Amino acid sequence: MPCVELRGISNFICRNINLRVEKGELLVLLGPNGAGKTTLLNIIAGLVEYEGSVLFDGSSIDAVPSHLRRIGYIFQDLALFPHLDVEANIAFGLRAQKRNSLEIEERVREMLYLVRIENFAHRYPLGLSGGERQRVAIARALAPYPQALLLDEPFNSLDYGTSKYLRIELKGLQRKLGITTIYVTHNQREAEELGDKIAVLHNGELAQVGTPEEVFFEPLSEQISEFIGSPNIFRCEHSRELGKGLAEVKCKDLSIVVPDDGSEIKKIAILPRDIFISTSEPPGPDINRYTGTIIEMRPSSNLTWIRLRVGEHTLVAEHPTERVEELGLRVGDKVYIILKLRWIRVLSAGENRLNL
Amino acid sequence: MVFLALWEVMARLGAVPGQIFFPAFSEVIGEFFSLIVSGVLAESFFRSLLRVLIGFFTGSACGLLVGVLMGWRGLVDRAFSPIISLMYPIPALGWLPLLMLWIGINELLPIAIIFICSFFPVCYNTATGVKNVGRDYIRAARTLGASEIRTLLAVIVPLALPSIFTGLRLEAGMAWRVVIAAEMVAIPTGIGALMMRAESLIRIDVIIVCLMVLSVMCFSFEKSLSYFEQRLTAKWS
Repeated sequence: MPCVELRGISNFICRNINLRVEKGELLVLLGPNGAGKTTLLNIIAGLVEYEGSVLFDGSSIDAVPSHLRRIGYIFQDLALFPHLDVEANIAFGLRAQKRNSLEIEERVREMLYLVRIENFAHRYPLGLSGGERQRVAIARALAPYPQALLLDEPFNSLDYGTSKYLRIELKGLQRKLGITTIYVTHNQREAEELGDKIAVLHNGELAQVGTPEEVFFEPLSEQISEFIGSPNIFRCEHSRELGKGLAEVKCKDLSIVVPDDGSEIKKIAILPRDIFISTSEPPGPDINRYTGTIIEMRPSSNLTWIRLRVGEHTLVAEHPTERVEELGLRVGDKVYIILKLRWIRVLSAGENRLNL
Repeated sequence: MVFLALWEVMARLGAVPGQIFFPAFSEVIGEFFSLIVSGVLAESFFRSLLRVLIGFFTGSACGLLVGVLMGWRGLVDRAFSPIISLMYPIPALGWLPLLMLWIGINELLPIAIIFICSFFPVCYNTATGVKNVGRDYIRAARTLGASEIRTLLAVIVPLALPSIFTGLRLEAGMAWRVVIAAEMVAIPTGIGALMMRAESLIRIDVIIVCLMVLSVMCFSFEKSLSYFEQRLTAKWS
């Protein structure tokens, strides 16, 4: 599998994009709608005009037409051919490559087995569930031995459970085949789950490229921070293992219990939506519970943004406006705060993955 | 059956005003068999059928070809679209006076009329169908390694089939209506001409036989196309 490189890519949306995806790496292109993510995939696939250069293993493929670039592309709406059954869909690329029928038959069987849809070989896409269609799309894209795999928010239309399950499967498949992959999403959690590397795209420009924890814990701009949910980040001075997968970290004057995998914890983060606020003392053990004072409130139609003073820290929480009104929260009020343990993210020393 | 029985009884009882113009169903059937035995009906029918088949298939084939090219290539679309848009609304029989002068009164005249009658709707519906094929299907085919021609033949045309069949079905019955009208006005042979001869001899039974044949042919043409459409698209559309 080649490494994919973009040099000075520009067109009607993208502006001077330089990016390198290593052999067998899974890069997630993350960005809001209209950022140019799909356009960038279309550029790599040779489906739209562009300036600059797309290179596979250092050789330019700019002059290669889209049908000869050997790229597996899974579109947002999958674009399974409705007039062909599952088997014929998967065989489409192999037939286009004019492979012999025996080879086609064998490869189709292999793909059906790989994505575990052997029983649906003669069904038409119309008769498949959302998850089954995704599998067919993956099999169809992989069948003609592509050099790279591009996925454009393929699991968007699925419920959370199915899409998470398929993401795990996709990741396993990608690792197994070692195929260089670019996955587009606007969902930051999806990006963190999948990506070896995340490239954040904003307004057609590459805003940041890094490992998931680099992007999450050290966003390069306010825009990126906002896009990933403006997490509250705490630098940890020291940590103590509690056992049972937990550790206690000391961040200035706060002691916080966090998920732990045994390595030294450098930073922790929690998103504003994962901070619980109450006006009365909540029942339960005294873990990750603090008192604080509201110092600023910015209500909008759905959510209210609340800035809190907790000891030496300033935290940002986000609550449904309806709930804030119900509690009658005002600036200057003293409130009880719980940092939801399950949603605290941890950056450990020497690791390159986020603990979610 | 109730309708036929009612028809027979009313005609026999003389319950219809102007009764001489209203033969009983049994008389019509009797005339149908005698027309078959004499060979008059068969000759007229096969002449009309041949005209319809040639006109319909050549017109549809050309309509399909031009329609596919228009839908596929913007340049062809821009070149043909204004002409097609202006000519499509003209009723096929509207061409008759012009074609009578250009072609003359011969076998080619009804065929040319049916050609025109089939060409425009098939062309229009095919072009629309091809243009409406989702861009992602085409892109998917391209990234899977299909050449432009393969993409056209293996993806675009099959996906445009429902729209193409709409055009074909619309015109299958219309071709019969048009051929009868052309034969009634200008051509001395075929079912239409037989009807005109029967009218001048006040042979209502013959006219009704011709109308029944016409009705059955329109119906079976449309039904056979629906059948092919079902066979080709029912599994997926």
